[in-house]
Amino acid sequence: MEFLANLLPAGLAHHAPALVIVIPLVAAAVAALMPNGRAGWAVAMVTASLVAFFALTVLGMVLTDGLISYHMGGWEPPYGIELRVDALNAVLLALVGVMGFLCVLFALPSCADDIEEDKRALFYSAFLVTLAGLLGVTISGDAFNVFVFLEISSISTYTIIAMGAGKDRRALTAAYNYLILGTIGATFFVIGVGFLYMATGSLNMADIAQILQQQGHNRVTQAAFAFIVVGLGLKAAMFPLHVWLPNAYAFAPNFVTAFLASTATKVAFYALIRFLFSVFHPDVAFVELSFTWIFAVLGVVAMFVCSFQAIFQTDARRLLAYSSVAQVGYMMLGLGMGTVLGLQAGLLHLINHSLMKGALFMALGAFALHYGVRHVRDLGGLGRTMPATATAFTVAGLSLVGVPLTVGFDSKWYLIIAALERGWWWAVAALILSSLLALIYVGRMIMTVWMEAAPAHRGQVSPPRRAPIMVYIPMGLLAFANIYFFFDASFLVMLSEAAANAAMGGR
Amino acid sequence: MWSPELSLALALVIPAVGGVFVALLGNKPNLREGATLVSAVLLAINVAYLVEIAPSQPTVVLANIAPGLELAFTLEPLGAIFAAVASGLWIVNSLYSIGYMRGNNEKNQTRFYVCFCIAIASAMGVALSGNLLTMFLFYEVLSLSTYPLVTHKGDENAKRGGKIYLSILMGTSIGLFLPAVIITHYLAGSTDFVAGGLLALNDAQPMIAGILLIMFAFGIGKAALMPMHPWLPNAMVAPTPVSALLHAVAVVKAGVFSILKIGTYIFGPALIAAAPSSEPLAWIAAISIVLASVVAITKDNLKARLAFSTVSQLSYVTLGVMLASPLAMLGAALQIIMHAWGKITLFMSAGAIYTATKKTEISQMRGLGRYMPWLFGAYTVGALSIIGLPPLGGTWPKLFLMQGAWDAGQAIMIVALVASSILNVAYLLPLSARGFFAPADEAKLKKQPPALVILPPVITAAGVIVLFFLIGPIRDYLEPVFMPLASAGAL
Repeated sequence: MEFLANLLPAGLAHHAPALVIVIPLVAAAVAALMPNGRAGWAVAMVTASLVAFFALTVLGMVLTDGLISYHMGGWEPPYGIELRVDALNAVLLALVGVMGFLCVLFALPSCADDIEEDKRALFYSAFLVTLAGLLGVTISGDAFNVFVFLEISSISTYTIIAMGAGKDRRALTAAYNYLILGTIGATFFVIGVGFLYMATGSLNMADIAQILQQQGHNRVTQAAFAFIVVGLGLKAAMFPLHVWLPNAYAFAPNFVTAFLASTATKVAFYALIRFLFSVFHPDVAFVELSFTWIFAVLGVVAMFVCSFQAIFQTDARRLLAYSSVAQVGYMMLGLGMGTVLGLQAGLLHLINHSLMKGALFMALGAFALHYGVRHVRDLGGLGRTMPATATAFTVAGLSLVGVPLTVGFDSKWYLIIAALERGWWWAVAALILSSLLALIYVGRMIMTVWMEAAPAHRGQVSPPRRAPIMVYIPMGLLAFANIYFFFDASFLVMLSEAAANAAMGGR
Repeated sequence: MWSPELSLALALVIPAVGGVFVALLGNKPNLREGATLVSAVLLAINVAYLVEIAPSQPTVVLANIAPGLELAFTLEPLGAIFAAVASGLWIVNSLYSIGYMRGNNEKNQTRFYVCFCIAIASAMGVALSGNLLTMFLFYEVLSLSTYPLVTHKGDENAKRGGKIYLSILMGTSIGLFLPAVIITHYLAGSTDFVAGGLLALNDAQPMIAGILLIMFAFGIGKAALMPMHPWLPNAMVAPTPVSALLHAVAVVKAGVFSILKIGTYIFGPALIAAAPSSEPLAWIAAISIVLASVVAITKDNLKARLAFSTVSQLSYVTLGVMLASPLAMLGAALQIIMHAWGKITLFMSAGAIYTATKKTEISQMRGLGRYMPWLFGAYTVGALSIIGLPPLGGTWPKLFLMQGAWDAGQAIMIVALVASSILNVAYLLPLSARGFFAPADEAKLKKQPPALVILPPVITAAGVIVLFFLIGPIRDYLEPVFMPLASAGAL
């Protein structure tokens, strides 16, 4: 990673953390002015490339030189606004940057099909705001700014989900549902931050952590903890606060689903880790209790309940959405172990899950692009007509189950080892059983794709309007990554280990 | 240039590259089959070399996944023998496939041969794996690559059979085998196969080892220990060459071979004997042996009968491992070899009868032996070997298992083995009797089957006879694995 750290001239590299947010925010305004969708996409593409580049640079700098603290406008924290990057959020930043870049590639053909021409430029503008918001949540070292960026990303997310209305009017209710619940979540979060401010007089997260350590906890900080967990849990689709997610994923434009599935919940989950481990501390009694009795328990429940729900879904994207909630359960379980290894396994699964779900939703998007299919039963025969896409779908699907030769295997392996180390044998059993449930729902889709005949009523709805190569490149890269990082797991393991250590020791 | 490590890698590369050539030559059937045969022969030569050098135990590390996790191959005598059986029979079976697939005008033949190559490559991977993780990986690839073969016909029946096949094999492996692998890694810090037993060397408690033993025995669904056996009869919807090679040799033998290898190198005989679960598991194996034989008698469909016979015969290996005495484990290893040669003969005979007459039920096969004497002769030799009569290869495993059971203080298991032999007579020989002595239903056989489906079973039947006389070298080769210290005593 060293070469990344030295790519930029020092003066520019110093500002990279700020540029990661500023570039998409400014570009959002530019995109809104673009005359047509293609120009809008070009702006988004340039922006996403720059963001990915800067995010990777920041990751390289953090891995080589350690913590970066960037003072906005030169004001010293805790009075000024601080952007604070350690290994934990550097990894998330890079993940969002890279996944954003790949998704935007996919957007060109996909959005041309999903979104009306006259709204497309505005759509890309809203997307860039979302991207800026997510990156802001990740990089901010200030609790209130986390809230601000969370709202920025959420509000623009409601918009881009609602854009699915062009294909299916139900996208409007899905987005509205999410709006109500998301607003409640954001409110809870800001109340929690308010309580923390009352108790400590500070909004800088590192500062809050220090003050809390000195003055100890009281009812106010406990209430703050509860509000923050619920608020962020809702954003992270933590069971049972996930009810907004299945419809949002099922009815949003394909590109939006692929993007949100691989980034948005991950960022909220990161914020949760940041608060649990860095602001509060896992040694504090009530935090520790919440690990065992809230996160681990709810995680396991999610792994089962949502996997079962996934088995009975007929809409392919809804099915994968329920699966996502179940997978968040895996991460919660890893987090709930409260050990470095557990958190590391959870983070590894977080990264790997992005790779799988990104590829899966892109493949479904490609199917939808060519044949307009949504339902699992309509996927029949696609193995013959679109073999490359079907292969990518299969690889990512097997990765979701955790079959060896795919990254899913690595994260399951680490989760189980972490559970064994913690002495939680029941968690091992839960992980295995839930993998079997995943085998059922993934197996059903893969079988349909390869074995069933094409349904009689399905024609080629829309012949692809743009070169489908723009679908194949990101999807193929992600599917390849699913296999490649099995063989070279040490890279992702190193990232997640650094991230987990940063979270644990990052006071 | 030529080194043991290269040869080890080639054992996987040859069938894989063969598969690529088969795929490329898809529309030139003669060249395509040529590619299969050439890779089969090359593989067999390579494996013969591996058998020669196995005692030196070369190792190849394919990939370092993460600290403590690697994909690695290590050659040792058990794996070399299994690889030799699978690759040797692949040649014979390839000849047979050509005759069968063309004789029955099967569709999608290219896909068939490609999947076959992948399956052989993964069987080699299982055979030569250097640790549990690698073994598990290729075990799964074997399940997945044989699924298209099982469902080759593509009708509802084939799909149903394939579904049962895959769900049982994947379900048991992910549900039990994988956790057992991970727990082993957790207990021992690695999953390498080590002489004397990895867990034994790490002082695992017998109780935990017992639980792991149960997880392995049932998690390796390919070993078809009851009640994990239903996939095997259901997989018989596959074309006969698949049943012959995969369900008499590669797939099922990969299962019992895994159990034998894990028993030898992960647990070690002493730990198995100490584990509280080995005796119940030996009983389950004995019950599987007898029960599956009884079920086999009730089947009129020849392939179904052979399938249940396989279930029964596979449990010989599991039984041998659970008895954990040196001779019993040696018997288990011999069973892998001898049963493979015997059972492939029977399956190929069944397929040849089908190719010639389209008959699948035993009750319809009266008098066919008169028109196909060579074929029925081969069948009878194979059947007698399964029963365990000298001078046929199948004699030895039974003998060693019985002696091993006596050594292990489980003389009662001898009863199960004898009962199984008697039941074997009852379900295997009626076809020979009917074929040779009963009057034929039809005046004349419409057409003779192609020579390529008659010749292979005759070759393997001859092999069964040869193997009887080869017992000396085979025993000398395998004995050090199970008796590292004891001098080879009299039987």
